Amino acid sequence: MYGNDFSAPDDATGGGLLGEVEAAEAELRAAAARQRRGGPAPDEDLAAYFTAVVDAEQKIEPRDWMPDAYRKTLIRQIAQHAHSEIIGMQPEGNWISRAPSLKRKAILLAKVQDEAGHGLYLYAAAETLGISRDELVRLLLDGRQKYSSIFNYPTLTWADMGAIGWLVDGAAIVNQVPLCRCSYGPYARAMIRVCKEESFHQRQGYEILHTLSHGTPEQQAMAQDAVDRWWYPSLAMFGPPDGNSTHSAQSMAWKIKRFSNDDLRQRFVDMCVQQAEILGLRIPDEDLRWNEERQAYDYTQPDYDELMRVISGDGPCNRERIARRRAAHAEGAWVREAAAAYAAKRAGQKEKVAA
Amino acid sequence: MNGPFDFTLALGDDALIAAQRLAEWTTRAPEMEEDIALANIALDQLGAARLLLSYAGELEGAGRDEDALAYLRDDRQFRNVLLVELPNGDFAVTMAKLFFLAAYQLPLYTALAGCRDERLAAIGAKARKESAYHLDHGALWVKRLGDGTEESHRRMQAAVDQIWPYTHELFAADPAAPVDPATLRSAFDETVDAVLAEATLTRPESRWAPAGGRTGVHTEHLAYLLAEMQVLHRAHPGAKW
Repeated sequence: MYGNDFSAPDDATGGGLLGEVEAAEAELRAAAARQRRGGPAPDEDLAAYFTAVVDAEQKIEPRDWMPDAYRKTLIRQIAQHAHSEIIGMQPEGNWISRAPSLKRKAILLAKVQDEAGHGLYLYAAAETLGISRDELVRLLLDGRQKYSSIFNYPTLTWADMGAIGWLVDGAAIVNQVPLCRCSYGPYARAMIRVCKEESFHQRQGYEILHTLSHGTPEQQAMAQDAVDRWWYPSLAMFGPPDGNSTHSAQSMAWKIKRFSNDDLRQRFVDMCVQQAEILGLRIPDEDLRWNEERQAYDYTQPDYDELMRVISGDGPCNRERIARRRAAHAEGAWVREAAAAYAAKRAGQKEKVAA
Repeated sequence: MNGPFDFTLALGDDALIAAQRLAEWTTRAPEMEEDIALANIALDQLGAARLLLSYAGELEGAGRDEDALAYLRDDRQFRNVLLVELPNGDFAVTMAKLFFLAAYQLPLYTALAGCRDERLAAIGAKARKESAYHLDHGALWVKRLGDGTEESHRRMQAAVDQIWPYTHELFAADPAAPVDPATLRSAFDETVDAVLAEATLTRPESRWAPAGGRTGVHTEHLAYLLAEMQVLHRAHPGAKW
């Protein structure tokens, strides 16, 4: 494919996280090589067997027995992730037609295409749990399943392509790297592939901002404005503070989730501070400072009331994002029907030939 | 057209404008798989455009690179055929445009791969493989829609009727060019006739043959497309991106 043809600067970031993805991949291979002990004995308690597999850091596979709530949690989480990839194409897709150079146009188009690929890959992972993609898409269109709230913010300038790559993809990777060790095999494997591509996207975003922040005064201002607008929504991507998070404890026990929302958020902040310095951009937080005792940065929490408003549907772009998805689905109905009718005719002809 | 610069520029403009239109489908395609496929084809066209425009800039020798050619010319200086600048319409219109364009670009790039200019030959050799895929994809949808449901048949026939007149411009004779487009007509007709027949569609009889793209006289649509494509680049003269 054309497009991804720039060399990242030497100080490009993401290497540390990519290293962790590779470690998780090696672990996954090792676990597969060790093999699980044989299936449950005929008189063995299935729940006990499930727990033993999870505790031994082995993977649960689609045909294994699993608690209903585990299945439901995974379907919800994987579907939400798939929907986020699909809806997430819109804010960036908004700048493909206006990308300021042909190289940037190619990179952005390829990136948005990757997101569609991630969406399909994740829907396929969800389907291993016994639900169809059509059902999941229906739940999205009816507003009964969510997608990441970050995509309900508008992309107002070209620098937003940089800020989304650096901050939004960066936050997504910090969130997702631990999922490469998720107890459910198909999800863990999907996450390894997704994280590798995401870390590439994050570097591309960082590189866009780097170019802008070393460009004309107008470009520098554009870059800073984008960081100012995307910083707190990116922090909010890690979800509500630990005390208020409804799904966390059980997911931790099942080894779907490995770190708390607040731990991941802290990790993201610590990672960004140094990168912002290299970029020459300011993180919009007066209270951001190193805490020697905690060996981490103190920072201002995002506005969780705003997060709740956006989640509940009242962000700047919720209505437009879902309307676009519904319109594409509705306007494409005649095309999908034609493809099905054509396939049925072909199948009929083949049967006739065979008979 | 006059010489390899004009020829290369014209092919580059075809590919660039086709890419710009195809990319408009992103997030809007009838199926998620099709979203990926259209983006893929747009990327192929954009890649070919970049190679062709870069080379055109070198042939011209006036210091213009791919971005100077893409972003700093007005519509009257663009040399693409009208077919690629036409609005996307519904999915049937887009597939008619894609199918006819690929049925022209495949023999074009194949011939180019054997031409004497080494750079053009290399570009042709790369692009023809991609065109073969575009042609497969476009032909498959023309057949699916033509021989699908009553509604899809009606829409696909209307799309063919609408786009067909614009195909004549693709084959305007240019004996001095590295590949004379007039020599590609028979391969195009053969492909198109076979696919339309299988799709239960008919080739329109219209003798209307709009043209002018190769001399910079375009439809009203191109200036809007360029206004959007060029707006950011032009707002920051001399900036690097």
